[in-house]
Order: sequence, then C-alpha cells, then structure tokens
Amino acid sequence: MTIAITSLIKSFDRTAVLRGIDLTVEAGELVALLGPSGSGKTTLLKIIAGLEWPDAGGLSVDGRDWLALTAQERRIGFVFQHYALFPHMKVRDNIAFGLTVGPRAARPPKPEIAARVDDLLALLQITHLADRFPSQLSGGQRQRVALGRALAIRPAVLLLDEPFGALDAAIRRDLRRWLREVHEATGSTTIFVTHDQEEAFELADRVVVMGEGRIEQIGTADQIHDHPASPFVARFMGAVAELPVALHAGRVDAAGLDASRLERRAMADGPARLFLRPDAIALEPDAASPWILHQMASNGAVIRAVLRDGTGLELPADLPRHSAPKLVKGAAYRLQPLSGAVFASGLGPAPSEAAPSSILQEKHA
Amino acid sequence: MQTVSHSGPVASRLMPRLLIGLAVALTLLIVVAPLFYIFARAFAEGWRVYADNLLHPVTRHAIWLTTITALIVVPVNIAFGIAAAWAVARFRFPGRSLLVTAIEIPFSISPIIAGICYLLLYGRQGLLGPWLMEHELQVMFALPGIILVTMFVTAPFVAREVLPLMQAQGSEQEQAAVTLGASGWQMFRRVTLPNIQWALLYGAVLCTARAVGEFGGVSVVSGNIRGQTNTLPLHVELLFNDLNATGAFAAASVLTLLALLALVVKSILEHRRG
Ligand SMILES: Nc1ncnc2c1ncn2[C@@H]1O[C@H](COP(=O)(O)OP(=O)(O)OP(=O)(O)O)[C@@H](O)[C@H]1O
Ligand SMILES: [Mg+2]
Repeated sequence: MTIAITSLIKSFDRTAVLRGIDLTVEAGELVALLGPSGSGKTTLLKIIAGLEWPDAGGLSVDGRDWLALTAQERRIGFVFQHYALFPHMKVRDNIAFGLTVGPRAARPPKPEIAARVDDLLALLQITHLADRFPSQLSGGQRQRVALGRALAIRPAVLLLDEPFGALDAAIRRDLRRWLREVHEATGSTTIFVTHDQEEAFELADRVVVMGEGRIEQIGTADQIHDHPASPFVARFMGAVAELPVALHAGRVDAAGLDASRLERRAMADGPARLFLRPDAIALEPDAASPWILHQMASNGAVIRAVLRDGTGLELPADLPRHSAPKLVKGAAYRLQPLSGAVFASGLGPAPSEAAPSSILQEKHA
Repeated sequence: MQTVSHSGPVASRLMPRLLIGLAVALTLLIVVAPLFYIFARAFAEGWRVYADNLLHPVTRHAIWLTTITALIVVPVNIAFGIAAAWAVARFRFPGRSLLVTAIEIPFSISPIIAGICYLLLYGRQGLLGPWLMEHELQVMFALPGIILVTMFVTAPFVAREVLPLMQAQGSEQEQAAVTLGASGWQMFRRVTLPNIQWALLYGAVLCTARAVGEFGGVSVVSGNIRGQTNTLPLHVELLFNDLNATGAFAAASVLTLLALLALVVKSILEHRRG
C-alpha cells in the first residue's frame, strides 16, 4: 500500500503541531519518523491511523482518500508506546481481539482464529506465554504481544509509536533485528516512530527527520549523515560545534582550521557556519592555531578533548584513544574536520528558516 | 493487638486499650443497639403480627413504590454516571471542570433543598406548573416527582466511583480497540466495561441503598399521600406518628434488611476490587 500525505496541517488549541507535511511511503517500505520530543511524530502517526483528524491536507492510500474512512475501516495495525494491552484478557485473547470484533460477517470462524493466533504466537516466539495475563509479562514480551495483536488483522499498514522506547538497550537491539524480520515476513508497509538515531538508521529503508511539525529531511542513513539538509538536522545528528567560517570559491576558511578534507561547496562567497560532529574531527599540533586543549577525559575507547579558542567558543572532539596523537593540555591544535555541514550564515537556528521538506539535501550541499 | 504487645511504660500500654474499648462501646451503643432494637420491637408482638403488618395493603404499596423508584433511578444513574465519567475522562471541552463540580453538588446540598427546588419548578404554582397542568402532567405529589428527587440525590454515586478508574486507564486501550476494528459498543463492552465493572457495581449498590432510604427530599415532593405517594421511609414515619410503633418497626426492619444486604454486597465488592 502506498501512503501519500500532502500538505497536512494540524494544531491543538492554536498551537501548530504539524505545519505542512508532505510524505510518500512506498508499498512494503519500512520508514522511520525520527525527531526530538514534541516534533509531532505521534500526531502524524495518529492521523494516519484515524485516531486524530488533520485541520487541512490530504491522506490517501493506494489512491483512496483515507480521510473519508473511520479508523475501523482503515485496517491498520497500531502499536502503542506503552503497549495498551487489554489487562483483563490473556495473551491469546489480546492477539485474537481484532478477529473477534467488527461486523459479524467479517469475522473468521473460531477454528481459523485459533489457528491464526497460534501462527502469530510462533512467529513472535511467545507460544509459551499464551495463557498469561499482560501483568505477568516483561516489557519485551508485552511489546511482542502488542505487535502480535496488531498483526492479527493482517493490516495493510503497520504503525509503531516508539515500539522499543520503554525497553533497555540490549533488548532493543534484539527486538530491532526481529522487527525487521517480521516486516520482511509480512510485507506490510510500516512506519515507526523513534527518537533514537541508531534505531532509525539500522532498521529503516528511509528515515524522515522531523522538527517542530515539519519534515526537515528524508533520506537514507548515509545521505542524512553526510549531507544534513538544515542546521536543525545537523544539530540533531550530533553536530554540537558550530564555527563561524568564511567561504571562498566553495572552500571554508577560518583560523586554526585545516579544511583540506572537506569537499568544495557550490555556495556563494561570504560568511557561513560550519557544523561539526565531535567524532569527525582530527587534531594536529600547530602553535599558530587559536584552539587550545582545555580538558580531556577517556572512556577507554575514546578520548573526549575539549578545545577553546580565544573568543569563548568551545569545541568537543572525540578521538580514538589508540590512534590519536599524544595530546598535551594547554597546547595549541589545528582542527581537521573529516566531514561537516556548511550553511550560509543567514540560516539561523529557527526551523521556519530551515529547508522546506521537499528539497533534497543536494541543493544545500 | 501488635501495638499493645511491646513492653513500655504502663501508661502507653493502657492508652490503646482505652481507645479500643471506647470505640467498641460507642459502636455498640450508637450503631448496633438501635439495629437490634428495631428487630426486637418489630417482632415484639410475635411473627403473626409482624407478617400482618408487612402485608397490610398500605405497607405493601409503600414497599412497591420504593422498589419501583429504585428500579428506575438506579439504571438511569448508572447510564448517567458512565456517560458523565466518560465525558470528563476522555474529552477536553469548555465547562469540563464545572461538570466535575456539578456532579458532586447533590452530596453537599441537603436533600430537602432539592425537594423544594423541584417543588418551585414543577409544582402547581411553580415555573413549569401551568404548562404541566395544561398537558395534564402530574409531576409533584406523584411518582415522577419522587423519581426526580431521588435521581438528584443519588446522581454522584456511580460517576464518582467510575471516574478515577477511567482516568487511570487512559484512552490508549480504547484507541487500540478501535484500530483493531471494534465498533463503539464493542469497545465499551469489551475494553472499557471490564476495567470499571467492580467500581460500577459498587457505585450501583451505594446508589441503591441511598435511593431506597431517601427521606427528606422525597417527603417534600411526594405530599405523603397514604397508599399513593408514600415510600417506605415516609411510611415508617407515618406509622410512627399514628402511634403504631410495631407497624413502624416492621416497615423499618425491611429497610434495615435492605441496608444490611447492601452492606454485605459492598464489602464483597470491596474485597474483589482488592
Ligand atoms: N491531545 C493533545 N492536545 C493538545 N496538545 C497536544 C495533544 N497531543 C499532542 N499535543 C501537542 O502536540 C505536540 C506534538 O506532540 P506529539 O505527541 O505528536 O510529539 P512527538 O513527536 O510524538 O513527541 P514524543 O517524542 O515526546 O512522543 C506537543 O507539543 C504536544 O504537547
Ligand atoms: Mg510521541
């Protein structure tokens, strides 16, 4: 099922929550909605599910207008962040729920329901839990039951709201791989919400980065990593350092900066800002540089160095401990960014000035 | 008794015993003794007289009237209570907190004031009186008035019990049911109701007990017409004023039994809810 979302707008009590969302999700695709808290991810998901209604805009699935359908008619599977299992039903009955409601004519016969539930229990590897109540399950097990319940109705579209948000890191990684397998086995078009980059990039075919009700960028992990479309995305991807630089013939230039490893930009000359991630910076001793090593600490694998220039700017750099040069506190170092994003100075931090969602990263890069 | 067992100064061991003794004595004196007295007096002239008293047509009518009132009021209040709790728990709308307060009003207003308000509204000289007369609708001094006042007095019981549970449950389970294809009714019956069923029953029991026992408000609007608008509590008073003490106590024993029954059901429900 192809989901086409056009110019979707939604506000709650005059607070704009979605400010014009355009997004197409291809049939069978697995897409992640990635964004900070409050960026409207859940709201977008609920609108697709029919649990919220937009103020304006379109939503069609395989050419059919979904805004004319109720939630019941859409046949979607929705997995809630906190599972929302029915506490008074056993696991088996939770999973069977969607097959036992709706118009009588549409319900499968009892033996078929039982067979389908058994299949799902096996697929989700929770057969041994079938007769427990939700309160007797761990978080990861509940998550599987919630997914099983959503899959039971053979949904055309599967929507997951922070499916692993409440679980610890090890289980998250496990379930991630397993969700990918389930997705491939069922082939349903899937959208999941997360604010964990690693999760989004590892799991999804494409990642949609959202910020304050807008789509900031759509792309694969590499595209978003290497060519963030806006300062917002760059920051969200971990570029905590912003340096004022000058652009000359597509090259960035600043004191104490060796930009030889950065590619040239097709941008006009003038002042600009360079966004750097701590893990994409190398240091070389250079007495002429204004960057002084102020502080350093090791976590075993990585040395986090903090440098300061004379103007009060602070810049963190993460260096692999075994290959890093010997660092001396108080010494001056030249920065050698391995990658970075450059935006004209006019592009401030406000998202309203950031790139429109439909423009791809190449236009900025 | 655990608090008593540890050794300490004599005074500090005496104090709890004194308090416990006082509590037991007061309960016996104020609550249990009158109950026993009711039954003792009801049966004072033997079984036969007791049965005759209860089977007296006027008493029977009073029992019937009270029963029919409860049978109408309780289901209406269950429906109202669920609807009100749902509206408050699930939706944001202007006047929401006002509604929460309004639901509780009957608890803080003396029932007799409710009765007078209804009288001023629906009575012959009341605001709607002429219109009602025109259409030959008798509200005051008849069953509709009794039911209205009883409904007012018992309105909060169900809503109050159900609301906290609905708020705690949140709307996600219901939303999940809807996305799985459940109709509104299926969602309510299979997801919402199981969550609130014990609280609902508990509220219904309290509501029933109050509906059966209501005196003040009903006494204003019923007009105390013997054999017509006399509910059981009013009838007890009437018999008592007639100096028919045995009859009054016989009728009172029925009310007491109903109350005790409600108490038993209530404690069973409390046990089930944990
Ligand atoms: N029912 C509601 N009524 C009023 N405001 C709401 C409602 N639901 C969401 N909002 C607001 O809309 C904004 C976006 O909320 P949403 O839940 O979509 O964000 P999110 O991206 O899912 O965030 P998170 O990662 O914290 O779950 C928030 O500012 C929130 O306060
Ligand atoms: Mg959310």
